[in-house]
Amino acid sequence: MNKKVYGSEKTFNIMVNLILLLCGLIALYPLIFVISASVSDPTAVNSGKVTFFPVGFNIKGYKAILKSKWIVTGYRNSLFYTVAGTALNVSVTLMAGYALSRKDLYGRKFITLFMMFTMWFSGGIITTYLVVNKIGLYNKWYTLIIMGLISVYNVIITRSFISGSIPLELQEAARIDGCSDFQIFGRLILPLSKPVVAILCLYYGLGHWNSYFNALIYLKDKNLQPLQIFLREILVQNETIQMSSDALDSLIERALMAQTMKYSLIVVASLPMLIIYPFLQKFFVKGVMIGSVKG
Amino acid sequence: MVVINAVEVKRQAIRDNGHIHTGKKVKDMPKKKDIGIKRNRTFAQGMRHSWQLYLLLLPAMVYLLIFHYAPLYGIQIAFRDYSPGLGFSESPFVGLKHFLYFIRSPQFVTLIRNTVSLNVLRLVFCFPFPIFLALVLNEASNAKFQKLVQNLTYAPHFISTVVLCGMIVSFTSPTTGIINTFIQAFGGKPIDFMGQESWFRPIYILSDMWKDTGWSSIIYLAALAGIDPSLHEAAQIDGASRLQRILYINIPGIASTIIILLIMEFGKMMSLGFEKVYLLQNSLNLPVSEVISTYVYKTGLLGAKFSYTTAIDVFNSMINCCLLLVVNKISSKVSETSLF
Repeated sequence: MNKKVYGSEKTFNIMVNLILLLCGLIALYPLIFVISASVSDPTAVNSGKVTFFPVGFNIKGYKAILKSKWIVTGYRNSLFYTVAGTALNVSVTLMAGYALSRKDLYGRKFITLFMMFTMWFSGGIITTYLVVNKIGLYNKWYTLIIMGLISVYNVIITRSFISGSIPLELQEAARIDGCSDFQIFGRLILPLSKPVVAILCLYYGLGHWNSYFNALIYLKDKNLQPLQIFLREILVQNETIQMSSDALDSLIERALMAQTMKYSLIVVASLPMLIIYPFLQKFFVKGVMIGSVKG
Repeated sequence: MVVINAVEVKRQAIRDNGHIHTGKKVKDMPKKKDIGIKRNRTFAQGMRHSWQLYLLLLPAMVYLLIFHYAPLYGIQIAFRDYSPGLGFSESPFVGLKHFLYFIRSPQFVTLIRNTVSLNVLRLVFCFPFPIFLALVLNEASNAKFQKLVQNLTYAPHFISTVVLCGMIVSFTSPTTGIINTFIQAFGGKPIDFMGQESWFRPIYILSDMWKDTGWSSIIYLAALAGIDPSLHEAAQIDGASRLQRILYINIPGIASTIIILLIMEFGKMMSLGFEKVYLLQNSLNLPVSEVISTYVYKTGLLGAKFSYTTAIDVFNSMINCCLLLVVNKISSKVSETSLF
């Protein structure tokens, strides 16, 4: 009897591990393939010889990308939008989240409702576009930084975190010491909010880096466009990468390289996220948990 | 540092039976229970008490006012013939003209059908997988292996929609794509996936599954972690197998989370993320890939029919809202779980 139970337990474990292995491989395979193809011999990529590991070795694709003016411009713009935008997002969200966490805030209920209301009802893209145009925010270098300044959901996460994990007694003690609200926020709340700051950076940063819709609608000037817009032209609409004439010797070679260059571009475009991923992954679960405690 | 100081003072105060020795006179100091407690204050008192907090809230409130409330005020142009010179509230009132025009237009049925079918397919295929993955992940016996699989399945979520669509276009290419390489290796004929409208929906759904299954499983894993372990112990003593414990403890344990997310999914039935559909759209798959959001973008912003497309937006939101309320009502009757 005991042995039978033990046996079924064993098959159960094997099944579980097999399913998980399969899921992991399915998630991983396309990524591995892209990386392999980006460093492989272009002929092998075009003829379908690359299936898992790189065939041959060449980094011409990467070299060609770095010589393309628009990709470099887009990369620089995206980095700027992401860093400046996230810094602004996180500061404004923390400030609002802290104020809302204070039970003695006069009119707290009304303000919370005022914010939550926008989560359920929105004006839609057309009227937002008209408003943005009207206030002269169309096609400016700061357009993408101001659009999406806060997400109310993130403010709620911050509020829940602060009221849930920073004891009120600490704030009261600071108040007795003569701290103003600003001082309590700056010297007590900020240093204690590191986990939620990490989550906010992750959410906002990812949003800025990957965002494409706002740029499509609100930016016209090619010099202001983020990377994702150029990626769309090259990866999805199959436009050839423009570059200085000496980058590739001939049209034939350019045609040969097209596929490899696309894969290199995917790697380069996803690099910042891949770099920060290991540092932030321990916060994922925490972020979702805080978010789900008080919707 | 203030924090340490404050804690020290507090400790000292407790030691001295609540008498605080800080050198200041007691009556000069703010009231001790100032922060935690809500008092009934008059408006002026409230303002004086909270002005610093209001300053902290100011940027967020101004942002919401301009970018959420002003557009919300603007949806009245759905009932007007908007002209930029006259603005939101001065343009001539035309009643339901734009709504009727949309309902009678030849695109109406196609748009609704395309939007709803993609959403129904998403609901059927993309919704259950994260639950399944979370249940299986929860059973993993090796913690390191579990962590590894988790991180691998989260990774695709970090890829941008544009890159995802670029990968799809490259992978499905009939001449150089990896998928067709495999098909040919097994003796099949290459398929032009992006060139046939019948392949649009499978591609959309499968890529969605790949990108977000892992990420969406987090919330279920969190719910599973909240199940009382004593339930499992009791069931084990009663001789329940692992499978039985999943069926009778884990699934009922996360049922309320599932239902809440399901209701929210229904509330999005008529809206669909614009980005991915727009990126995967081409002239060949347009009959099945034109959905409400892409139509609104093309006709409204590119074609400058502002009032007409705002009417479509309003119509859309109303149906979403009704669906949400109906499903929520049904759910609260049947399972006693509801959003609000």
